[in-house]
Amino acid sequence: MATPNTPLSGGGGPFPQGRGRAGRALRGIARPYRSSHGVGRFMLVTGTVLVVLMVLTAVFAPLLAPFGFAQVSGDDGQRFATHLEPGGDHLFGTTTQGFDVFSRVVWGARTAVTVVLLALMFSLFIGVLLGLLAGFVGRWVDRVLVMIMDALFALPALLLAIVVAFLLSEYVGGGASTAALAITAVYVPQYFRVVRAATVSAKEQTYVEAARAMGAKPVTIMVRYLLTNVIQSVPVIATLNAADAILTLAGLGFLGYGIQPTEAAEWGYDLQRAVADTGAGIWWTGLFPGLAIVLLVMGLTLMGEGLNETMNPAIRVRRLLPVSMPELTSRTSAPDAAGAGTGRERGAAGERPEQETSKDGDAS
Amino acid sequence: MPTKPEPSTAVESDARPTLMDIRDLRVHYELRGSALARLLGGGGATVKAVDGVNLALRRGEVLGLVGESGSGKTTLGRALLGLVPATAGHITYGGQDLAELNQRQLRPMRRRLQMVFQDPHAALNPSMDISTAVAHPLRIHGLVGSRAEGRARAAEAIERVGLVPAEQFLDKLPVELSGGQKQRAVIARAIICGPELLVADEPISMLDMSVRAKILELMLELRADLDLTYVYITHDLATAKFFCDRVAIMYMGRIVEIGPTDEIFADPKHPYTQALLRAVPDPDPERQVPRDLPRGEIADAAAPPHGCSFHPRCPYAFEPCGWEARDLRAMFERRWTELGEEVWERESALVGELDEIEGYQEQVRLKVGDRAPELVSLLDEARAHDPDEPLWRGVESIDSDDGTVTVRFRAGVDPALGPAGNIDVACHLHNPELRPK
Amino acid sequence: MTASVLSVRDLRVWYGTERGPVRAVDGVSFDLRPGETLGLVGESGCGKSTLGRGVLGLLPRGAKLDGEVGYQGRNLVTATPREVQLLRGPDLGLIFQEPLTRLNPLLRVSEHFEETLRTHEPGLSKEQIQHRGIEVLRAMGIPPTRYRAYPHEFSGGMRQRIMIALALVLRPSFVVADEPTTALDVLVEAQIISILGDLRRNFDTALLFITHNLGIVAEACDRVAVMYAGRIVEQGPVTEVFARPQHPYTRELLRSTISLATTGLHYIPGAPPDLVEPPSGCRFHPRCPSAMRVCPERFPEPVVVGPQTVECWLHGPDGLIPADGRDPLVREEITVADEA
Repeated sequence: MATPNTPLSGGGGPFPQGRGRAGRALRGIARPYRSSHGVGRFMLVTGTVLVVLMVLTAVFAPLLAPFGFAQVSGDDGQRFATHLEPGGDHLFGTTTQGFDVFSRVVWGARTAVTVVLLALMFSLFIGVLLGLLAGFVGRWVDRVLVMIMDALFALPALLLAIVVAFLLSEYVGGGASTAALAITAVYVPQYFRVVRAATVSAKEQTYVEAARAMGAKPVTIMVRYLLTNVIQSVPVIATLNAADAILTLAGLGFLGYGIQPTEAAEWGYDLQRAVADTGAGIWWTGLFPGLAIVLLVMGLTLMGEGLNETMNPAIRVRRLLPVSMPELTSRTSAPDAAGAGTGRERGAAGERPEQETSKDGDAS
Repeated sequence: MPTKPEPSTAVESDARPTLMDIRDLRVHYELRGSALARLLGGGGATVKAVDGVNLALRRGEVLGLVGESGSGKTTLGRALLGLVPATAGHITYGGQDLAELNQRQLRPMRRRLQMVFQDPHAALNPSMDISTAVAHPLRIHGLVGSRAEGRARAAEAIERVGLVPAEQFLDKLPVELSGGQKQRAVIARAIICGPELLVADEPISMLDMSVRAKILELMLELRADLDLTYVYITHDLATAKFFCDRVAIMYMGRIVEIGPTDEIFADPKHPYTQALLRAVPDPDPERQVPRDLPRGEIADAAAPPHGCSFHPRCPYAFEPCGWEARDLRAMFERRWTELGEEVWERESALVGELDEIEGYQEQVRLKVGDRAPELVSLLDEARAHDPDEPLWRGVESIDSDDGTVTVRFRAGVDPALGPAGNIDVACHLHNPELRPK
Repeated sequence: MTASVLSVRDLRVWYGTERGPVRAVDGVSFDLRPGETLGLVGESGCGKSTLGRGVLGLLPRGAKLDGEVGYQGRNLVTATPREVQLLRGPDLGLIFQEPLTRLNPLLRVSEHFEETLRTHEPGLSKEQIQHRGIEVLRAMGIPPTRYRAYPHEFSGGMRQRIMIALALVLRPSFVVADEPTTALDVLVEAQIISILGDLRRNFDTALLFITHNLGIVAEACDRVAVMYAGRIVEQGPVTEVFARPQHPYTRELLRSTISLATTGLHYIPGAPPDLVEPPSGCRFHPRCPSAMRVCPERFPEPVVVGPQTVECWLHGPDGLIPADGRDPLVREEITVADEA
């Protein structure tokens, strides 16, 4: 592209002035982290750290896990002892079946991240598409879609997921994609509702009328004018839904409708198996998968709430910055000092406002 | 300093060819009634946003559509572009009737018919950078092959509207521009396809005083350079006077007066135009004129007044203007506002609930039993109190019969646009057959 | 000359932002006499609305107020929020731009009056309240038949009249009207301005009329204060200021305004300054056609020129201007890109 990519003027800050789209996207991602503060920032950063740790665990599972998720014997062919306490070769101990708990937890992270990513992608795609369509086209399309989505909403999430998983297991099998599709069915209505509402209000904006006045086709209006603006409400719900999806996945596994133990390691299934152990004082088979669920869900929730706090204008609190006002120099009595004084004060106020304590003023 | 370009230039304005011909255009909206009314199957009221407009738009002119909110000027402007569907009538442009085309058929025409919006910030997609936004019409109509070509053309258009150097603006988002800059970008987007007609809906009313003149100046330059025709929609008579060759004054969906700007501003014919001109605040304290403002406010669009829509507010209204029951009610309200609480309490007891004399009837029957003579004398007293009240010119008779007082009004006539010199005006005062002697 | 109702001295209102404080109002002084209307004009972002709210203590959290707002021997800047709140209503009134958002849609007009009067004048009987309400509504041109109607039954202009009536029913001695007619049509605007004119004669209420419309100032105000970048650059009687503007900004603003008498377009080059880092010295100097060498160097002193007070070096005082200070200022050309 023979475009003269001149650096944008203005702005500033620690981020390099991005070039074109990539730069803007990068700044878009960085924005919540830069503009957040206080509790919101704490939640956002803590959540992000937890999530990133979990994702790294999932990505590098083959390197981190000493054994396979279904491995019950060492490389030497000798079966692992069952009910081994944490320590030694088995960091988190072993289970009744002789699985290595640490390996199961690490591989479980991979399953959870995969399933949730797949489910998010599916439900985002379907939900956003249908929401846009219903909001933009309106009329009977809207009515039919809203009715279907409301019907899905009316079903308890877990029940819906079980039904879908049950139906799909006939055709797709008991793997990650089935679980992902089952979870998709639960979250599509949420994206649909949010996107539809955003579309309905964005449709009334002047820029949409302007697009019509330009002669844009409805598809162009939807993609170029509506999608880019309604999509902005999605990251927050997507993050919060991901947390919820982890729980749904675990719930499915716990009830035995999720991923079959032969397909992948799954925390919910492990928890279910551990229920019987607790009576025998075997705490490690339940604690570690449970802890993994808690950490990932907490990470996603904190991240989502943190994003919400910084990105949602309705609850975002404007950051109150202390204002320091230099004493007003009496211009009439000391005229010679006035000009210089103003300059000096401005420097002081501009460069280090926090260092000067603000005077008590009536700021009600 | 740019001065007003001699508008009608050498060419006599009527000699210009017609660009767009509008015949009896109507745009009506069905109001959705209350939830209950809809359940019971009752249809909502109809708002006649544009109610029978005839207009010939001449090539190269600046036509002002002037009116208050609710006058239908914005709806008319959008109807000219096919952005709101016409309920009835014809819009002839380029050998086609825009009123009969559907959205798909209209799309190719939009290259030639463009719009500039009131709020430049809202008119730009907040997530689209300026170069993409300005070039988008080209891409929509398939006039450029590549992004790079679009960007180059956008840069050209952006420089054409005074955003120089263009590189400084191409990659910015609307939010990074000032109001005037955004409006320039909107204008750049409107002219990039080479339109013939530009409908500008209050293009400067959201901008600061010191910026307005710049945008007007730009629009005048573009008109000269690109051979544009403007429809300038505004409520601001001062800019209309400066900017337009012809103005059409609108009130409640109709054009009440249309003609060359100079003549209308020098000698407005319609009482509404006269009132508007008196109401413009003038920054020159030496030129302050005593205000003689029409009373009341624009009527409910779902229930426009009978006859001439302006008659309830018009100080010169007379017999054929369309008097009806509501005007009697308004008279009592004005009387009580003037005379105070005591008179109100005494007389409202006699007149009864005013809401009951709501309606379109050309006669009002007030059932007051044996107090009928009292009511007749009250009406007489009200008339004596304010004999100049135009309502009394419309009252044909007040009879008392069998406990019922009947007030009859003279038949109202809908005023039609008719010539008064070079101006066309819809007012009975200028109708030789109805004009009071 | 009677004593001032309100006397503002060196008022400053700053907001904190990440880039540093925004000097929305930066050292403003003016007086309001009883029954007088002072027009406060300026372009958007000049600090006029902040000033109006600052005077009444109605600022968002995080704003910092400094200086003196003298009212009945008290300084409202140092008074407690509670004290200022008690004054708001019976002493200090405010009329907003958008009336519908300020009226409770669930309450009848009559109930609005009852609520207002009961809060500030307990002991009034229902009849007295109705009488007061109807009288003040009548003065605004609203018929007594509508006393019990709901806000949505009124048009925009009528609602604004009701708002004004509600502000005036307590007979405050000072009212801030923040762009009260901006959302209204020309005719309704003219009606309300003429009503406001009658009122200030009848109620003896001092009015601070904030507007961007110079025409309205000419119609409705006795005196005018022109604001630019947080400062009042010129104030004086309307007729004098508009006929013989002494500050170049006032002059240029008047010339830029398009009125019925306009025959040529004129505008001020450049854009209003960033209030975080305002220009040095006189804040108008980068756009000023008459800028001199002294202008960017020193803050102009308030100078009395005839009936006006002006902050501009063109009017001296000569003693403070350095030897070559009156030479024209050499500036870079203002490009269109920098313009608004």
